[in-house]
Amino acid sequence: MSKELIRLQDLVMEFDGERILDGINLYIKDHEFLTLLGPSGCGKTTTLRIIGGFLSATSGSVLFDGKSIGDVPPYKRQVNTVFQRYALFPHLDVFDNIAFGLKVAKLPKAEITERVQEMLAIVGLRGYENRRIDSLSGGQQQRVAIARALVNRPKVLLLDEPLAALDLRLRKDMQNELKRIQQTLGITFVYVTHDQEEALSMSDTVVVMDKGRIQQIGKPEDIYNEPKNAFVADFIGESNILDGIMLADYKVKFFGRTFKCLDAGFEANEPVDVVIRPEDIDFVPVEEGHLTGTVTSVTFKGLNYDIIVDFKGFKWLIQTTDFQPVGATVGIRLNPEDIHIMKKSEYSGMFGDYSSYSAEYDELVEDAGDEEE
Amino acid sequence: MKKNNSLLLSTPYIIWMLLFTLIPLGVVAFYAFTDPATGEFTLENMNALSAYLPVLWESIYYALISALICLLLGYPVAYYIAHRTPAVQKFLHMLVMLPMCMSFLLRTLAWVGLLQDTGLINRFLDWIGIGALPLIRTPGAVILGMVYNYLPYMILPLYSTIVKIDGRLIEAAEDLGCNGVQTFGRVVLPLSTPGIFTGITMVFVPAVSTFYISQKLGGTDTVLIGDVIERLFKQGQNQNLGAALSLVLMALVFVCTDIMNRFGGSSDEEGGVIV
Ligand SMILES: Nc1ncnc2c1ncn2[C@@H]1O[C@H](COP(=O)(O)OP(=O)(O)O)[C@@H](O)[C@H]1O
Ligand SMILES: [Mg+2]
Repeated sequence: MSKELIRLQDLVMEFDGERILDGINLYIKDHEFLTLLGPSGCGKTTTLRIIGGFLSATSGSVLFDGKSIGDVPPYKRQVNTVFQRYALFPHLDVFDNIAFGLKVAKLPKAEITERVQEMLAIVGLRGYENRRIDSLSGGQQQRVAIARALVNRPKVLLLDEPLAALDLRLRKDMQNELKRIQQTLGITFVYVTHDQEEALSMSDTVVVMDKGRIQQIGKPEDIYNEPKNAFVADFIGESNILDGIMLADYKVKFFGRTFKCLDAGFEANEPVDVVIRPEDIDFVPVEEGHLTGTVTSVTFKGLNYDIIVDFKGFKWLIQTTDFQPVGATVGIRLNPEDIHIMKKSEYSGMFGDYSSYSAEYDELVEDAGDEEE
Repeated sequence: MKKNNSLLLSTPYIIWMLLFTLIPLGVVAFYAFTDPATGEFTLENMNALSAYLPVLWESIYYALISALICLLLGYPVAYYIAHRTPAVQKFLHMLVMLPMCMSFLLRTLAWVGLLQDTGLINRFLDWIGIGALPLIRTPGAVILGMVYNYLPYMILPLYSTIVKIDGRLIEAAEDLGCNGVQTFGRVVLPLSTPGIFTGITMVFVPAVSTFYISQKLGGTDTVLIGDVIERLFKQGQNQNLGAALSLVLMALVFVCTDIMNRFGGSSDEEGGVIV
C-alpha cells in the first residue's frame, strides 16, 4: 500500500450545462480499498464511469500510473467494473459470463477453464457453471458479476453499489467476503456506496462526496472522529451540531458556557460548528452536570435507547444504555474529547438538530437510499 | 385477471377462428382428398403434386433469398432507428410503416411502371446513353418486388428487439475488452436473434405464397407456387388439385414458422433482455 495508481485531477463534468462534478481531486493508491460515499445523485457513479472510460470529463484529467488515459477506450483500460445491478449477459450461462473477458482476450481454452473454476471457488459458486443467469438469486448474480470482473485480474476493480439490491443479512456477508477477496487478491478496489456503515467497515480510505464535490478524504476513523463540516458529521452517523464561538485555542463557548476542547488553530472569537456524537454523552446526576435538560422522547433500539433531551429549547439526540423516562430531568457532562470543533461551511445550520426527530427517522433514511435504484 | 374473465373476453375470437380459419381449413382438406369428377375419397390429388415440386422449390428459393436480402438491408436500418432519441425513433418507425398504408397491389403496379421497357428507369438510362435494359420480367424484378413489399416486416421486429437490448450490457462488453466489432458479435447480435428469426418468418411466409408479384414483375418462366394455385382455382382447371397444393404449402409454412420459433428462443428469453 504505497504507490499511487490513479489520480483524478480537477475533474469537472457537466450535463446539459448542469455541473455534476465540480473539481474532483483524488489519488488512489495501489492495493487500496477506496470508497466513494455520498447521498444519491452526488456524482459517485459519474466519477466511476469516468475512471472506467464510459464517460469523458468536461475538463480535467485521469492519470493511470502517471499517464493520462483520457483518450483510452474502456476495452483497453486495465480496469474492470461490477455494474450497478450487475448487467450480466442473459444469453450466456454462468461459465460463459465469467469467461467472457478471457475469451475476448483469446486465452487458451485450458487456462480459461482453470481460471473460471478458480473464480467460481472464490465466490462460492462451484457447480453453477451451466446455470442460466435468470435462474440465479440476486446474491448469486452479484457473485457472478464480481467473478466476471475479477477473473481478468484487473489492476483496479470498480464497484458501483454492488450490494444495494441485496437484503441486510446477505449484504453483511457479502461485505466481509468482498473485503476478504480484495485482501487475498491484492487488487485496488474503488467502491461506490451511499451506505455509511458499509463504507466505514470495509474501506482503507473513504471519500465523502456531496453535490459533485469532495467533502472529506480520510481513514474511516478519522472521517468519523474528525468530520470536516456539518455535512460529513451528519452523513457519517448521528451528530448533534451546535453553534459555538472559539474563544481561544482549546476553549469553546456554547450554550452560554465555556468548555475545554482538544481543537486549536482557529481565530479568536471565530464562530464554529460544535459536534457532539450522541453515543459520547453520558447522563450524570443533575448537580454534577454541565447542562440540565428534560427527556422528551425515548426509543428502544436494541443495543441502546435513542433519547431526545431538550436543553433550553435545543433538542439533542443521546444514545445510551442508561434508561431515562420521558419527563425526567437529566444532567450531562461533556469531556474535552467529546467535543469536536468544525469550521463554518455552507452546510452550517442545516444538520444536527433533532427537534423534528421521530422514531421513523431511520426508516426514512433507508427509503431515501432505496429510491435511488 | 381471473380465468373466467379471460375466457369470456376471448370468446369472440375463438368463434371467429372457428368460422373463418378452422372450418375453411377443413373444407380445403376435404377438397384435397376428393375426386373432382366423382366426389369420392382419393389420394390422386396428392400423388399428382410431385409434378409441382420444382415450382415449390423455386418458390422457397425466391422467398429465402428475399428474406435474406431483407435481413441484410433491414438490420442496419433497425439498428440505426433503435439508437436514435425517442422522438426520432417514433418518426422513423412511422416512415417504415408508411408504405404499408398503401395498397399492396398499387405498390407492385408502381414498380411495373418504373421497370417496364418504356418505364421511367429505362427512359432515364436511354437518356444518359446507357440504353434500355431488360428489367421487368426477370427473376431480379421478382426479388425486388418481394424485398420492397416485405422489408417493413423485417425492420419492425428487428427494431423492437434491438431497442430493448440493455445499454449496460454493451458497456459491460466494452469493460471486458470488446472493441466495437466484438461487442456486436458477442452481445448485440446474439441478443437480436429473436428479432432476426421473427423477421425472417414474417418475410418468408407471405413471400413464399405470393402470386401477384411474380405475375406482374416476373417473366413467363417465373411461376411460383402461388401462381399455380391461383390458376388451378381461377381458371377452373382443378380445384381439388389446387386444394391439395394449398394444403402442402400451408404445412410447409407451419413447419418453417415452428422451426424459426425454436431458433428464436422462447419469448421469456427476449423478456430477459429487458429486465
Ligand atoms: N447522462 C446523463 N445526463 C444527464 N444527467 C445525468 C447523466 N448521468 C447522470 N446525470 C445526473 O448527474 C447527477 C449525478 O448522478 P450519479 O453520478 O449517477 O449520482 P450517484 O451515483 O452519486 O447517485 C444526477 O443528478 C444525475 O441525474
Ligand atoms: Mg449511482
